[in-house]
Amino acid sequence: MPDNDLLKTKLYDIHLSNNAVMVPFAGYNMPLHYDLGILKEHLHTRSKAGLFDVSHMGQCFLYSDDLSFLSVAKALEALIPAEISNLEPGKQKYSQLLNSDGGIIDDLMIGRLGFEGQEHKLYLVVNAGKKLEDFEYIKKNLPEGVNIDIADDSLSLISLQGPEASEILTGLNSSIADLLFMSSVDVPLTPNIWGHVSRSGYTGEDGFEISVKNSDVRSLVNILLQNEDVEMIGLGARDSLRLEAGLCLYGQDIDENISPIEAGLIWSIQKSRRLPNMQYKGVKRIIADIQNVNSKRLVGIRPEGKVPARAGTEIQDAEGNQIGLVTSGGYSPTLGCPIAMGYVNGKFKKVGTPINLVIRNKSMPASVVKVPFVSTKYYRG
Amino acid sequence: MSVYYTKDHEWIRVSQNIGVVGISSHAATQLGDVVYVELPELGKKLIKGEELAVVESVKAASEVYSPVAGEVLSVNETLEDQPQTVNESPDDGGWFVKISISDMNDLESLMSQDEYSAYCIGS
Repeated sequence: MPDNDLLKTKLYDIHLSNNAVMVPFAGYNMPLHYDLGILKEHLHTRSKAGLFDVSHMGQCFLYSDDLSFLSVAKALEALIPAEISNLEPGKQKYSQLLNSDGGIIDDLMIGRLGFEGQEHKLYLVVNAGKKLEDFEYIKKNLPEGVNIDIADDSLSLISLQGPEASEILTGLNSSIADLLFMSSVDVPLTPNIWGHVSRSGYTGEDGFEISVKNSDVRSLVNILLQNEDVEMIGLGARDSLRLEAGLCLYGQDIDENISPIEAGLIWSIQKSRRLPNMQYKGVKRIIADIQNVNSKRLVGIRPEGKVPARAGTEIQDAEGNQIGLVTSGGYSPTLGCPIAMGYVNGKFKKVGTPINLVIRNKSMPASVVKVPFVSTKYYRG
Repeated sequence: MSVYYTKDHEWIRVSQNIGVVGISSHAATQLGDVVYVELPELGKKLIKGEELAVVESVKAASEVYSPVAGEVLSVNETLEDQPQTVNESPDDGGWFVKISISDMNDLESLMSQDEYSAYCIGS
């Protein structure tokens, strides 16, 4: 796609004025990194606070004509494995949009609004590369009387991540301090700018995702950048941060052929939703994959040497038989060594299992390790 | 002593029939933070344009090609523990290998420093 066909977020000019190296990503012209470079941006996010433009992601609301939360929750529960009807106002969950075969169409954040008069609504954030397809799929599958309101043309999304994020944002509104991980509030951040602030992110750090009106996002970003602990962070470091946190990247670690069970996302499926009487899309596959211990599983991998194993690297057992492939791999700036994730036959998923990685025709020793590679810092009170 | 450049952004500094090979500061900047360099074995015979080394940055692996045909005389062992030297000193301390050049005519197709600077601006 020629660059001039690429979409731009409302922060495009700010990226350019911060010397971003721009790359095409999911149809958008997005910052890969800024002057600091990927390594330093990564470490800055782990030690201070990193500001990410994630406005390319899809935002939408679901609501019911009868203003009933339960109607909306039930409608979405037909498409995802997570339980939503028990979600309290101002709380959110991570889940996956499934096809009829239990493959992952996309992974997404689902929040119930906590704002008075809006508590019947669900707020969804989906991946940029899949948003049009997601919106179409949801729309097609919603029952009569439940609606989708796509907010892509009106809302931007930024993310502030890292140990300093809480103090910085609390400076704009003190009520944010007590917000717990996977909770949200709708609050003024300046006398004129209201934000939907959720304590979440995709770096493993304590942090926030802030949805604001398109017309407010530049002002808000400029206010945040006045703080000397805040640096703009590009997609390069976003990828290495999420890998250290053991989080899946859609299109790389998960796709339409992979079930949430294979991807190690069983933690996001409540026990009540693993029962055979459940009736959501792909539930048969979910239950079958839980029972089949030999179905493939996404595992953390630690190569023994210094050579990074990139996506596509063949994984072998000790006898040289292929047992899987690396789906995400690179260098961990925090640990100073290579790390990877990949799928192996279920027999090899146990932490400590020795495996080999075939890198440039050489067999390199590695082992299965637990994820996250770097412990997460989510704020749970 | 003269320095020549390739279109793939390697440089070779030549003294008699010995060449020292590295990557340009332009290439090092493009790659970003180098975290691992895979170097060839001593004595390896290289064809011009053959893969000489692999540079792994945070984001990707990139090949480095031999500007000339020859044999590997020595490799920069500093890069084993301090791969970031490629970023810090691409033209000097971040060299990759020393080669005995088997055919000096190979140098004729390479660019001078001035030609290479113009090439980088044009590309």
